[in-house]
Amino acid sequence: MRPVRFNINAKVASTKDAIGQAPPGFEGEGFFTTKMSEVVGLARKNSLWPLPFATSCCGIEFMATMASHYDLSRFGAERVGFSPRQCDLLMVMGTISKKMGPVLRQVYLQMAEPRWVMAVGACASSGGIFDTYSVLQGIDQVIPVDVYVPGCPPRPEAIIDGFMRIQDLVGEESIRRRNGDQYKALLNSYGIE
Amino acid sequence: MLLMEHNIKLPEGSIEKQTTTLNLGPTHPATHGVFQNILELDGERIVSAVQTVGYIHRAFEKLAERRPLYQITPITDRLNYCSSPINNMGWHMTCEKLLNVKTPKRVDYLRIIIMELARISDHLICNSIVGVDSGAYTGFLYVMQSREHIYEIYEEICGSRLTTNIGRIGGFERNFNATAFNKLEKFLKEYPKVLKEFGDLFLRNRIFMDRLQKTGGISAERALSYGFTGPNLRAAGVDYDVRVHSPYCSYEDFTFEIPVGNTGDNYDRFLVRDQEMWQSLSIIEQAYKKVQEFKGAEAEVFHAEVPEYYLPKKEDVYTKMEALIWHFKIIMGETAIPSGEVYHSVEGGNGELGFYFISDGGRTPYRLHFRRPSFIYYQAYEELVKDGMLSDAIITMSSLNLIAGELDA
Amino acid sequence: MAISNSLIQENLLEKFGENVSNFQDTYEMLSFESSKEINLKVLQFLYEEDSLGFRFLTDLTAVHYPNQIGRELAVVYHLHNLVENIRLRFKVFTSINEPNVFTASKLFESANWMERETYDFFGVNFVGHPNLIRVLNVDEMDYFPLRKEYPLEDQTRIDKDDEMFGRG
Repeated sequence: MRPVRFNINAKVASTKDAIGQAPPGFEGEGFFTTKMSEVVGLARKNSLWPLPFATSCCGIEFMATMASHYDLSRFGAERVGFSPRQCDLLMVMGTISKKMGPVLRQVYLQMAEPRWVMAVGACASSGGIFDTYSVLQGIDQVIPVDVYVPGCPPRPEAIIDGFMRIQDLVGEESIRRRNGDQYKALLNSYGIE
Repeated sequence: MLLMEHNIKLPEGSIEKQTTTLNLGPTHPATHGVFQNILELDGERIVSAVQTVGYIHRAFEKLAERRPLYQITPITDRLNYCSSPINNMGWHMTCEKLLNVKTPKRVDYLRIIIMELARISDHLICNSIVGVDSGAYTGFLYVMQSREHIYEIYEEICGSRLTTNIGRIGGFERNFNATAFNKLEKFLKEYPKVLKEFGDLFLRNRIFMDRLQKTGGISAERALSYGFTGPNLRAAGVDYDVRVHSPYCSYEDFTFEIPVGNTGDNYDRFLVRDQEMWQSLSIIEQAYKKVQEFKGAEAEVFHAEVPEYYLPKKEDVYTKMEALIWHFKIIMGETAIPSGEVYHSVEGGNGELGFYFISDGGRTPYRLHFRRPSFIYYQAYEELVKDGMLSDAIITMSSLNLIAGELDA
Repeated sequence: MAISNSLIQENLLEKFGENVSNFQDTYEMLSFESSKEINLKVLQFLYEEDSLGFRFLTDLTAVHYPNQIGRELAVVYHLHNLVENIRLRFKVFTSINEPNVFTASKLFESANWMERETYDFFGVNFVGHPNLIRVLNVDEMDYFPLRKEYPLEDQTRIDKDDEMFGRG
């Protein structure tokens, strides 16, 4: 019997991850002050509107994630939009081939700031099992990616975990990030002005 | 560039002078997959439609020339990913045909249970998405729960939900344990109620019927010329089903009906798929009864005795040297494969899924070609939607059950 | 009247004589080949003749044999007689320098895209096809990828470490 190393101590439920936690601030009678970025982040992360860019098998697991068993709308992502102008989070699910690359880039360019990108599945992260002439080896060849969710296909719990990582990123983002030099340099490295 | 005319001049008396070009592009709402239609519209009426596919071309056939037999199974998963066990088993049956392996009856019956579950899973997605596209989202949520139960049954046997890589050449990797049979019994008890409720929501629903009837129809002769197979052909009136025509995997031991429509329109396709799900349920019940009749030593049979092509038990692989060597050799394709050409087809969720396998005796296939039903019947899309309305074209596209992975391979 | 492989073989030999050859029984499916000039005539004969009646084109694909000089590309048709339930495989060989084969898309509508796919992968030029352009690969591709001389992987990658993959 191999000795078990993980998950052997009971986990204590902590309220640190709870959505209803107020950000650190100064409180008084009838008022509460905190940083602007905290409030904005809190509002944004609990009402992300995803754009499911589902191309293949991972799209079916996304459908299972949106369905009632693994409900993604618990996290505020009830309203999936298919118009990039209206969405915050681009979830790329499935293999992106070289023919599809320009289409993906066009969709990304149409999104308004602030925008986040999640690569779901092995094919979107790195080409997956398809190391062939026609498959783009990872969507980070064409657009900048924030969170990668590995798996082939990833279980709905993994997709939800990736979504929660995006929520962490959204909640802690500085307001000035999108105008800063580092972000501009990142976009320039992809050829996006 | 595509060979099509843009802005076709309309005849005198029309409201517009020329047609509008609409790009129903690769990213469209409703997770069907990526294919593009460039439509020429006269108002809302469609004058012509040109399809572009290949947005998810992953070069399966070239990839298969690099991989030994067992490594091709994960690729076949990703053909029609809504019903991947059927693809896996079709591939294993093709290999068995080439290698002259006969599977015992119990293996065949277990395979049939899994394949019919996969067929139910595929038809549930197709029908519920037809509902979503016509505005009825509720049915989708109800049936996705049944699909979760089917996924749980797959998980008991192979460990994976969607892209299953299930089975081996000659049978299964492990016997179905009591939990799997319990889940199957629970499914068989609960699913008929779900399917009945789904039918009650849609089948005699006035709005649904008005939207789907008389749109996207095709006659039987045209359907045969276009190479239709599967539920789309059966809706047009031809009762061609590979399970009955060329029975494989002991399908001849079961009694079931083949639902056939008459006009081939969207409503007929919906009905055919719905009825097929009831038939699949009856096949699973018959197969389950037959499996339970095996007693004693026969009930432990879950694969054919072909040690050159069947991976040894994992416990032996980790502890014994010979089993380790056999495992390595089989996976890397170092066991002898006869040379020859074989074509085998199974009834997939969309129709006749064929595998044309040319072996030259080497480790990997010399040529492997998948006869993909979605690719073949998508050509007929223009004929189905011509002179119809734009909104009907959307419903036609989703009722054809086009799976992008199968379309592009 | 039930037809069998031998009956099909007799009918074909009677009609075409020397031009059809190489009759083989591969796993109970009859397979034969003919010269490429008469491929349409053979397909039409198999379609129209009532005793044969192969009216369903199951599959159309090609195979590349680089070692057979003069007969490198084989176009393979799988036909099916739905009434009698019998299948047939029909091959036509052509050389790689002049890969012209007559199109079957007038006879079977399903051959349209299947021939486009065969052109896309192997470069077989189907004479008389209404729209012979690439269907699955990108339009700008200038080679035919499934031929044996071309590799599977994308050769323009810079991030793959050849040393680690044993190719350095």
